[in-house]
Amino acid sequence: MVLPLLNATKLKTFLLQMSDSKDKNELNRRQFLGNMLKTACGVGLVGLGLAAYSKRASTMPANYIRPPGALPEEDFLGACIRCGLCVRDCPYDILFLGEVGDEVATGTPYFIARTGPCEMCEEIPCVVACPTNALDHDLKDIEESRMGLAVLIDQETCIAFHGLRCEVCFNVCPIRNRAITLDMQHNPRSGKHALFIPVVHSDACTGCGLCERACILEEAAIKVFPMHLAKGQLGSHYRLGWKEKEKAGEALVTPDTEHRYNLPDGVRYDLQGEGLIIDGEAEETPFSSNPLDTLNSGFMDK
Amino acid sequence: MVDMTTLGDDAIAAKGWVKSHKYLILRRISQLGILALFLTGPWFGLWIVKGNLASSLTLDVLPLTDPYVLLQASLSGVVPETAAIIGVVIVLAFYLLVGGRVYCSWVCPVNMVTDLAAWLRRKLGIRSNSQFSRSTRYWMLALTLILPLLVTGGIIWELVNPVSMMFRGIVFGMGAAWVMVLGIFLFDLIVAKDGWCGHICPVGAFYNLVGSKSLLRVNALERQACNDCMECYVVCPEPQVIKPALKGEKQGATPVILSSDCTNCGRCIDICAKDVFSYGGRHAKKNDGLKREGEISQGAQA
Repeated sequence: MVLPLLNATKLKTFLLQMSDSKDKNELNRRQFLGNMLKTACGVGLVGLGLAAYSKRASTMPANYIRPPGALPEEDFLGACIRCGLCVRDCPYDILFLGEVGDEVATGTPYFIARTGPCEMCEEIPCVVACPTNALDHDLKDIEESRMGLAVLIDQETCIAFHGLRCEVCFNVCPIRNRAITLDMQHNPRSGKHALFIPVVHSDACTGCGLCERACILEEAAIKVFPMHLAKGQLGSHYRLGWKEKEKAGEALVTPDTEHRYNLPDGVRYDLQGEGLIIDGEAEETPFSSNPLDTLNSGFMDK
Repeated sequence: MVDMTTLGDDAIAAKGWVKSHKYLILRRISQLGILALFLTGPWFGLWIVKGNLASSLTLDVLPLTDPYVLLQASLSGVVPETAAIIGVVIVLAFYLLVGGRVYCSWVCPVNMVTDLAAWLRRKLGIRSNSQFSRSTRYWMLALTLILPLLVTGGIIWELVNPVSMMFRGIVFGMGAAWVMVLGIFLFDLIVAKDGWCGHICPVGAFYNLVGSKSLLRVNALERQACNDCMECYVVCPEPQVIKPALKGEKQGATPVILSSDCTNCGRCIDICAKDVFSYGGRHAKKNDGLKREGEISQGAQA
C-alpha cells in the first residue's frame, strides 16, 4: 500500500475511513448473526407451538371412525396427506375431511356411524384410492377390516333386555350371526319368556356401524367406537392355563408324584379307574361273562 | 419514489389495459381454472379432477402428488403407493422446467389473497413493514421437515398449513379455515409487505429449491430501454431478484433473472411500458451483437 506522502490531515481521514469500514463490517456481521438468531428463535418457537398443538389436534371424538384399513391413529396421521381421494371414491359419500375447527386433525377422513355408516364395499374403493397407504392396501377383504368395534353400550335402554323382540342390529349386520349373535336367556320379569340378547364378537365385527345406524332408539344403544376405546387388553404377562396346556399338549407344571399305596403285588389303586384294581385278575374272575354259566355251575359241580 | 396513484398508467398508455395486465389475467385464469377443475365434480357431478393439491387424480388416469407433502409423510415413515410416486415425478419434472415458484404465482390460491393485500397496501399507502428476513421461509421449511422426525403424530405442518387448508377448504369445505386466510391477508396488509409468500411460507421455499435451476425464466433482455420508473420493483413480490438482471449490465451480469425467488408471475413484464422484460430460457441472450453490426454496416453504406 502506498501511503500518501502526506500531510497529517489526509492521513487522518484515510485511517478514519479504514477504521470506519472495519466497523461497518463488524456491524454487518453482528447484524447478520443477530438477525439469524432472531429468525431461528422465532421459528423455534413456532415449532414448539406446532408440536404442542399437534398433540391437541390428534385427539378425536369417540364417534368419529376412520375409513377401512386406516393405520393405527399415530401412524395414520403421519401417512395421510389429506388429499381427500378416499372421500371422492366412496360411492356412498359417507366420508368427510376434518375442517378447521372440527375436533379431528384438519383434512383427515372420518365417518359417523349413526348418520352414515360404512357400507362395506367389496372392492374397498377408498383404500384403493389412497396414495400413501394411510389406508393400508394390504386390506383386500373388507371383512378383515377393523374400523372400530360395535359395543352394546346401554343395556338399560336396549329393548332386547326388556324382553322385546327387536334384533334389528342382528339382522342388518353384514356379517350376520357372526359379528352379532343372539344369546337366548331366561326372562326373569315374566318368568316364562325369553330374552334375545345381541352379543358382539370382536373376531368378526368390522366396526362398519350399520348396527348403530339401524338401532331403533332415539340414541343408539349399540355404538361403534374406535378399537382402543372399545376393547380391553389382557396384561402381556397374562396366560390362560387351559389354553397353554392345549398348546403344549400337556400340563405345564410338573405333574404330582404318583401316590404310593402299600398294596400287595398286582394290586393298584386308581380313583378314576374306580378304586382298587387287581392287575391280571380280570380274566381270572370266578364268574363268566355269561350268567347262564353261573347258574348252571351248581349243576355241573353236583 | 414511485407515485402509487399513477402506478401502471404508463404501461396502459403504451400497451393498452389488456396487454399491460396480460399475465395477471392469465394467472387468475390459471388459479381459478385449477380450482374449477376440482369443483366441477362436487358441484355438478362432472368429475375431471379428484382430490386436492396434496394428491389428485385427473380423469381417473393422471396422478399428481405434491412432493413437499409426500416428503413430510415419508419422513414420518410412510412408504407411498406407486401412483403417488409417479405423481410426484410428474410434478417435479414440470416445476423443474417452468420454475418451482410457478406453483406460487400460477397455482396457489393464497396468492390471490396476498396479491389483494399487496394491492390494497399500495392503494391505501400502508407503509408499515416489520423487518424480518426473507430466509425465514427456509428455517420454516427445515422446521416442517424436522418435526415429523421428532414428534409422533406425523405431518405436523399440514395441521396448520394455510396453503393446503385454503384449497382443501374451497373444494371440500372451509370450516374455520377462512380465519387462517383472513389472518394471512391482514398480516400481509398491515404487518409486513409480502409477509407470507415472500418471507414465511415453507411451501414456497420448497418449490423455490425445486426450481432453482429451472429453464423458464423472466429476463430483462431489453434492459437498455429501462427508464428507471421503478414500477417493476413496486409490483414485484420478490423485488430483490430484479436488480442483478436489470442493472447488472456494467458488471457484465446476465439479463436473465436467475434467482429462484422469482415466481415467474410476469407482473414486471406487464407493468413495464418499455417492454424491458420477457419470458425466455435460462440461457437467453440478446441478439443485439448481430443487430448492431447490421446497423453499423447499414450506416456505413449510407
